[in-house]
Amino acid sequence: MANVENSEIRYLNPATEVVRKKKYCRFKKAGIKYVDYKDPEFLKKFLNEQGKILPRRITGTSLKFQRKVAQAVKRARAIALLPYVTDLLK
Amino acid sequence: MIKQYETVFIATPVLSDSQMKEAVAKYTKFITDNGGEIVYEEDWGLKALAYPIQHKTSGFYYLVEFKAEPEFIANLETQYHRDERILRWLTVSLDKNAVAYAQRRRENKAAKAAAPKAEVAEENVESNVEEA
Repeated sequence: MANVENSEIRYLNPATEVVRKKKYCRFKKAGIKYVDYKDPEFLKKFLNEQGKILPRRITGTSLKFQRKVAQAVKRARAIALLPYVTDLLK
Repeated sequence: MIKQYETVFIATPVLSDSQMKEAVAKYTKFITDNGGEIVYEEDWGLKALAYPIQHKTSGFYYLVEFKAEPEFIANLETQYHRDERILRWLTVSLDKNAVAYAQRRRENKAAKAAAPKAEVAEENVESNVEEA
């Protein structure tokens, strides 16, 4: 903080530091090795309201598990546990 | 080489209980008759479908886990194709993680099936204590 006060550049508003929470892969953290297509409630965490699969940049899932999640969601859709298209899934 | 598979099929909701049992028996028999081995069976009962299939909004779900030769799967799916009672099916092969997961899932189910009885028993004991 001392540095900020002594520096020549003065801001009108004090510089606020935004602390973003680091995203993490929930599968790696919890040690889950298999993504089950038979559990639609769990898979809904990776879908948006229209039932589309959310990108990795939002969920934080690692590439390895994003592939598995996508596979599981598609299987769940095939046996009508999840819809292909919908509104207001959640 | 024998692999482990898992198949889920959805039967039409118009079937009666005995017809559903017969359909299940047909497929389990078909698996065992062709050198397969049933590992686990699970009846999910009548469930609402996420979207209509053949103008039906619900169906009987049934899960069978089995071990069989890979060549057998095509035969099984042909049987599903020819069966008008089956709305939809999905057969997947299980890798080692999936097998481990399936086993844990079975154990959890078994534990859960046993647990509620124990809880009820405990509750009874507590109520008895209060009465006393």
